[in-house]
Amino acid sequence: MLKTTPFHARTAPLVLGLAWRRWAGYAVASVYDWLHDREYAAIRNAAALIDVSPLYKYRITGRDAARLLDRVVTRNIGRLAPGQVTYTPWCDSRGKVIDDGTVSCLAEGEYRLTCADPLLRWLHQNAFRMSVQIEDVSESLGALALQGPLSRAVLDEVVESPLGSLAYFRVARNRIAGVDVQISRTGYTGDLGFELWVPAADALRVWDALTTAGSRYGLTPAGIWALDIARIEAGLLMADVDYTSAHRAVAESQMSTPYELSLDHAVALDKPVFNGRDALVAENASGPAWRFVGIEVDWVSFEALFTGRGLSPSLPTVAWRTSVPIYRNGRQVGYASSGCWSPLLKKYIALAHVRAPHFAPDTPVEIEVTVDHERQRAGAWVRRLPFFDPPRKRA
Amino acid sequence: MAQVWDVVVIGGGHNGLVNAAYLARAGRKVLVLERRHVLGGAAVSEQIFPGFTFSVFSYVVSLLRPEIIRELDLPRHGLHILPLESTVTPLPNGDYLGAWGDPDLTRRELQRHSPRDADASIEFGRLMYHMARAVKPILGMIPPDPTSLSPGDVKGLFALGGHLRSLGAEQFHALYKLMTMSSADYLDEWFEFEPLKATKSASGIIGAFLGPRSPGSAYVLLHHYMGEIDGAYRAWGFCKGGNGSVSGAIASAARSFGATLRTNAPVRQVLVRNGRATGVVLDSGEEIEARVVVSGLDARRTYLDLVESRELPPDLLEQVRRFRFRGSSGKVNLALSELPDFTCLPGVGAHHRGAISISPSVDYLERAYDEAKYGEFSRRPYMDIVFPSMIDPNMAPPGRHVASIFVQYAPYHVNGGWTDAKREAFGDAVIDTLSEYAPNLKSAILHRQVLTPADIEATLGLSEGNIFQGELALHQLFFLRPAARWASYRTPIRGYYQCGSSSHPGGGVMGAAGRLAALRILAET
Repeated sequence: MLKTTPFHARTAPLVLGLAWRRWAGYAVASVYDWLHDREYAAIRNAAALIDVSPLYKYRITGRDAARLLDRVVTRNIGRLAPGQVTYTPWCDSRGKVIDDGTVSCLAEGEYRLTCADPLLRWLHQNAFRMSVQIEDVSESLGALALQGPLSRAVLDEVVESPLGSLAYFRVARNRIAGVDVQISRTGYTGDLGFELWVPAADALRVWDALTTAGSRYGLTPAGIWALDIARIEAGLLMADVDYTSAHRAVAESQMSTPYELSLDHAVALDKPVFNGRDALVAENASGPAWRFVGIEVDWVSFEALFTGRGLSPSLPTVAWRTSVPIYRNGRQVGYASSGCWSPLLKKYIALAHVRAPHFAPDTPVEIEVTVDHERQRAGAWVRRLPFFDPPRKRA
Repeated sequence: MAQVWDVVVIGGGHNGLVNAAYLARAGRKVLVLERRHVLGGAAVSEQIFPGFTFSVFSYVVSLLRPEIIRELDLPRHGLHILPLESTVTPLPNGDYLGAWGDPDLTRRELQRHSPRDADASIEFGRLMYHMARAVKPILGMIPPDPTSLSPGDVKGLFALGGHLRSLGAEQFHALYKLMTMSSADYLDEWFEFEPLKATKSASGIIGAFLGPRSPGSAYVLLHHYMGEIDGAYRAWGFCKGGNGSVSGAIASAARSFGATLRTNAPVRQVLVRNGRATGVVLDSGEEIEARVVVSGLDARRTYLDLVESRELPPDLLEQVRRFRFRGSSGKVNLALSELPDFTCLPGVGAHHRGAISISPSVDYLERAYDEAKYGEFSRRPYMDIVFPSMIDPNMAPPGRHVASIFVQYAPYHVNGGWTDAKREAFGDAVIDTLSEYAPNLKSAILHRQVLTPADIEATLGLSEGNIFQGELALHQLFFLRPAARWASYRTPIRGYYQCGSSSHPGGGVMGAAGRLAALRILAET
């Protein structure tokens, strides 16, 4: 049996299509309704509730908590004040990315690290001779993402102390339905949104309070299919989909550096010591060999491949997560790792790794598409990420 | 100093705005003149009742051409299309017929009523896919005149002939039938379950002064099937913020290309000198000079009201006078304290997020038409109802709702003419009929707006309140829309063009006429 999340008793009866997926050994809904259109629309148009409990979560406390994190991640944690959250990758000593996630400073000397893969052993290895406690709270803490333009209106109705102007990438304690929760202004959709960190034992009370208040705001539980489209539009990469963890890769060619993943903003080279720093300093000087970019498929050329065979263009209804070659002037210059039709932007988009020097925005490239069982190439352009970045996200 | 515009577009409806956007994008200096205080024509969202936003007239999107969305990058300008997944037809016996977003769910629902129809609907869906594909290139084509030998027309006919030949016999014959039959007869060849035939054939009467058994209604049905969203034909969506947001996005695109958009600027007349349009004069007396004048208004206004008849050949005037409008649809918009609770599906459910169709049988629709034929509104009308607030919660205050009810028939030429009392009686007939299926409706109404074809004409200027700027009848389509020899967006007056739905390919918030007219103007001026 797969594990179930603390919200399972509420989510299970809603999964009408019985479409579940595995995430870190848990069962979560791929889609609740028969189709995911409406769940995706809720993220961009109203409010969506996404169970993200399977994230790995570590509570790191003690005198050296910041020192440990500063050694592990590429961002500067010493500068993170209580109530602040930051997004960061972390690397091995060769500067190859192991995983990425968020670090929240909950209080002086108290942090929460979230990640896609387990990290306990790595944290302990790095904590040698430090005064720090590392607690795996993955199972005791449920997590709900409340995302969408009306998410604040829903939250305002249920919080016991006013939300005020909880700014982008800030976290605060609050109470919902008598339950102590932490609310962070974060998410994986690129939209206005929040994540709620809830004690597993009281998770259902929080779910009920949110869904009851949310019914007047079009709040819709959303599964991973909907989330996947939103995160591609937002240009947010996914570990083990868009890149291979340095801890899992078997050949160095499979690994990526933060610069190759276009995460420059999350690398604090001014920090004296952290894993991979030397390699990253060198790479920063020479320039990365790869970049992680957006790809926009040229619809006119895409459509022509189909009409030439008496077909209408067939679009993926669910985001794909396969490696798809990118060409330029007849030569392969990279590969896309995720893609989808964006119902919002009305564009066929993808996230891709492209080699130097072909990664400049608006470079014309080609992407492989299968038409009538045959491999064809459609025109496309390299685009700057994110594809979608509404002002409300930070407002 | 008076400035001379490259182009003045009369009418800030969606086609006028599309036209202006394309011309401005090509570098022309464009001015749009809209008579009302708000842009959008029949695609407007207005707060008729405080806190409640109505898509006052047109209310869904499907036909808006994907090339326009792409070429003007309308999503960047705020176009956000949300899914409208289902159609539920409540039945007098307390049951219902549902067509849901998921094909398996729909098939199972049909099987409940008729296993044969459930199978037939799969084949029918494939045929409609082929038909929509067959029609698609025609929608993007400036109609060639089959009687002309001009190189452009001959080339167009050649392309058209090649396209029709490429369809193959089976599809060509199906297309021919759809162009000529009644929707009820056509559907009889496919289905047996009466509410299914009625609900499908209802697409064939929308905006037309036809019953489901009138020949020609099958084409109107096809017209409503050829829309596409995200590559899926026949997909209908709801625009976030109502259909005013469609116009808003196009207007924003037009402005971003440098077009100037003026509201409260009613045009009285097009100025013509030596057979050439030179500008317009407003009701206020202000004269505006332009090298090209484009009318987004319907054919009657474009040819009979805006220019002096001496400027036009008499045979054209005669054709335009005979161009049939005969508006047949009304609209009822409601602000609601709660959703209607349908007896057939109690409580709030998925059906509230799609369309509700009051079309229990073909006879029901035909009877509704019978009353209209003899000059009365239908006492028990056909209705297509959506609850926009269930799709975009911002359309109403939290927990409250809006309903948009498209109603047929409300004939423009009603016996004794439309009066306030007659309008309210029509509104009562709508509410009474709907209350039979949702008894709580009356007590939930906070505000009611009733619009007859006469109101549509008075508010928007659409002649006889026809929502398509003229009926989509076979003799008023393609190279005959709006008149023989003048179906290519030109008029006999040099520098005077038409870009409204009175020209090919007609109405339905497509924008195609506005775009094709712009391409014509850019090629010629």
